[in-house]
Amino acid sequence: MKMDRFTSVHQSLAFSRRMAIAAGAQTAIGALLLGRLGWLAIAENQHYQLLSESNRVQLIIVPPRRGWIVDRNNKPIAINRSDFRVDIIPDQLENPEPTLRTLQQLLDLSVDDVDRVVRELKQAKGYQPIEVAENVPFDKYAAVTVRLPELPGVNPMRGFSRYYPDGPAVGHLIGYVGAASAAEYEKEKNPLLITPGFKIGKEGLEKTLEPRLRGQPGGQRVELTARGKLVRELEPKPDRSGAPVRLAIDADLQEFAARRLGEESGSCVLLDCHTGDILTMVSMPAYDPNSFSDGIGRTEWKMLSDDPRRPLLNKVLNALYPPGSTIKPMNSLALLQNGVDPTERIHCPGGYRLGNRFFRCLGRHGSVDMRRAIAKSCNTYFYAMGHRVGYDKIAVMAKRLGLGQKFDLPVVSQSYGTVPNSEWKNRRFHETKGFLERPDWTASDTLNASIGQGFLILNPLQLAVMAGRIAGGRDIAPRLLGIGKEPAPLLGIDPKHLETVRGGMWEVVNGDGTAGASRLQIPGVEMCGKTGTAQVRKIVGSQRGQSGDWKYRDHGLFVFFAPFDKPRYAGAVVIEHGLGGARAAAPVAKDVLTFLFDRQLALKNLNALEQQWGGTLAERTARRAAAVQAAAEAAAKTA
Amino acid sequence: MISSAIIPQPLARLPWRLIFLVAGIAGIGIITLYSAAGGAAQPWATKQAIVILFFLTVAIGMSWTSESTIKQVALPIYVIVTAMLIVVEMVGFVGKGAQRWIDLGFIRLQPSEFMKPGIVLILARFYELLPAGDIRRWRAIWPAAALIGFPVALIMLQPDLGTALMVSFIGVTVMFIAGVPFRVFLIPGAALAVAIPVVYQMLHGYQRKRIDIFLDPESDPLGAGYHISQSKIAIGSGGIFGKGYLNGSQSHLDYLPEGHTDFVFATMVEEWGLVGGALLIFAFAFVIRWGMRVANNAKSRFAQLTAAGLSATIFFYVSINLMMVMGLAPVVGVPLPLVSFGGSAVMTVMLCLGLLMALERQQRTTSRLL
Repeated sequence: MKMDRFTSVHQSLAFSRRMAIAAGAQTAIGALLLGRLGWLAIAENQHYQLLSESNRVQLIIVPPRRGWIVDRNNKPIAINRSDFRVDIIPDQLENPEPTLRTLQQLLDLSVDDVDRVVRELKQAKGYQPIEVAENVPFDKYAAVTVRLPELPGVNPMRGFSRYYPDGPAVGHLIGYVGAASAAEYEKEKNPLLITPGFKIGKEGLEKTLEPRLRGQPGGQRVELTARGKLVRELEPKPDRSGAPVRLAIDADLQEFAARRLGEESGSCVLLDCHTGDILTMVSMPAYDPNSFSDGIGRTEWKMLSDDPRRPLLNKVLNALYPPGSTIKPMNSLALLQNGVDPTERIHCPGGYRLGNRFFRCLGRHGSVDMRRAIAKSCNTYFYAMGHRVGYDKIAVMAKRLGLGQKFDLPVVSQSYGTVPNSEWKNRRFHETKGFLERPDWTASDTLNASIGQGFLILNPLQLAVMAGRIAGGRDIAPRLLGIGKEPAPLLGIDPKHLETVRGGMWEVVNGDGTAGASRLQIPGVEMCGKTGTAQVRKIVGSQRGQSGDWKYRDHGLFVFFAPFDKPRYAGAVVIEHGLGGARAAAPVAKDVLTFLFDRQLALKNLNALEQQWGGTLAERTARRAAAVQAAAEAAAKTA
Repeated sequence: MISSAIIPQPLARLPWRLIFLVAGIAGIGIITLYSAAGGAAQPWATKQAIVILFFLTVAIGMSWTSESTIKQVALPIYVIVTAMLIVVEMVGFVGKGAQRWIDLGFIRLQPSEFMKPGIVLILARFYELLPAGDIRRWRAIWPAAALIGFPVALIMLQPDLGTALMVSFIGVTVMFIAGVPFRVFLIPGAALAVAIPVVYQMLHGYQRKRIDIFLDPESDPLGAGYHISQSKIAIGSGGIFGKGYLNGSQSHLDYLPEGHTDFVFATMVEEWGLVGGALLIFAFAFVIRWGMRVANNAKSRFAQLTAAGLSATIFFYVSINLMMVMGLAPVVGVPLPLVSFGGSAVMTVMLCLGLLMALERQQRTTSRLL
């Protein structure tokens, strides 16, 4: 009982004790709060300051201007043209529906466009603008600008779009630009790629030179509220334009060659025999890269991909042809190298008998030496000599002159074809049994390869390099970027051998050879060359690919160099289904070379030709664009 | 107490040190609200100044109330407030997803606010009436527990976790000061630790989320963890001297949510830094110490317990809010009294201060007479 007595004195003591405990607890919590405050404000200060700044300041990317591409004389090939565009800044958009309706009216937007904008608006967040339309004509741009006060969130601005003054002439060479795809963004994770209006290289040099051409994006630094409202603009970070890139190409020559190829499906390469500079690399017909840089329409794409003349294919690098007789100068070098006397004569009775098979020649050339054999393109001579030396030895020379080789070029892809030999055939036989009948190299394989048929397939650039190496005797490598200053080292082929072969090629054009009609009309400058005609399909009976359907006709090829006495330029022309090298390809080579020495004369000749074809390349491109437009409209109407 | 021949007696007898402290805290609050509105007296600063002035007058007026009057109203207040809580439950106005208001037409009453001083008064009265020898008995505990538990349950139903917690804390503190044996607190404390997972399961989705986010705010920096993350950024980025008045980017650019109500401390510290924050904490500490002194000097048991309980009310307000704002406690929606915009917290704290001043005045008067 005594223990349980709890008097008011005890109570008062207990109260004081409990009050002390409570006050102590309160002080402890107070100290904890002060400590926490100090920790956040002093120890963690920098961390939180950074977070606060990244809250406050946002960077609006200003895309850099793409670097120009210029030719060897600094003439622009790809430039940036200022254009007008209209974007929406989602956070500032107040009345999405009426705004979009007004924009649709003002800008003539299609239903698809509006759908896309609505879709992107739904996913949008923050201050990242969304593209409504680009390449807006000035009157429409002005119409939007005038009504801006009633369209909050709409942001009309000036942008830049890629422009190629020469249009299709540089299509395959330069490629084109386009908006980055989702896959490309995933790969790089660069927010610049999803900035409206920003384009990256999609094809050709635009793609391979992307890192050099792109430049550094700038930024408009802005202070934004949590809801993305602009408070003020801070000092901007300037963008750095991409570096200009100078090509070895001669833009004027490139354009001329493109025009000269006219309506044919073909290609023309011309390079400098000392340095390997590629002065011209044209494949026609070509797409207009300007249509891609604006975003190509479905109709136009379909027309391009359905065209039998394959305007989407770069025929210089990605088309392979049997070279036909154009490799006979190379064969001759190989024969000389293997001890064949150039004066030795072979009798051509119109063909060559191997066992029980008779391999035809194009004529009865009688008794021919090496020079005559090249000039007359006598198959019999090369059958006989090839058979004697063996193709494995010829293939060595073929590779030495660049055939079947892949060159170190900034291109998206190169098809490098085949220079066959016995080892190759054996390997291929084991890889694809059904395709080849026998694993061992036969004499008829040698005969076929000796006249540029059979397994031998090459691209036109390789033919041009071959011509250039024969002409200059130098180990040139084709070059697209910059201008070569030093001549390439010598190949180490006996100059006497080269002279013999060049002599044969001189006779092709300037003697009584196959391309006598394509002699240059410039005093003191003589073109040398070698024609070739490649079969597209097997000769069946009398049908020799000289008539009938366009797509079964023979290809016409021509390799050349000029001038004869001091070789400077070399090249190759291939005209698909052009019937023959002398008929289709050599005249193009003649005109392109003429342009290098006498522009006026070349242009006069060209004008005459273009009148037959129905206008200049630009006029025909415009007409084609109109046709595309009409087809697209017709398709839209029926849809 | 200021003694001067010029100042009239009634004025001179006011507890001026407390009034200056309160005015100082309120001043910091009003200045911060001016900044939180982007450098404008509207819509918060002016309104807050009027509310504080009004309730400060009410508090000073209350200081003439006698202890016996306070004793007499303790039970009626408790009964009326509890009845109002029931009414809120039944016909309460649905706002902010929680039923908390009674709309009387001219004013919206939040009865749970009155329960904070209400629970102090009723428990003080209860322990005053309880014979001294019974304090270690069961009968000292269960009526008090019931008196706390019933309104807390009603407030939980609203649901208003912050107020319910505060009312429980205040009630338990009064019980502790009254001398209820330690084991009474330790055993339920242990039980609570066990029960937390169970209670957690019973909590509302958004309440549970707040606790989740408290435990790991980085898990959802843009979602529900946004409040705590942004508040810590504001406080941390202020540094020692702050970004300068009207220069707080977190609050001015709306990154800090509720920068004028629950998170007003973050707004203030961002601009005034550690120095400003510490000053405010010390000012509150002095107010609470003043209240605790009133309790220590009180002559009657009722006055002792009431003064201690009211001081604890202010203490819990301040500490829960600051812990929440600095990421030491979950976001439970307790404002910083006298600083956060909003009338109810100001009203509650001023009622507490008014009662404390009344008790303090009587200590002085009685001591004068002795």
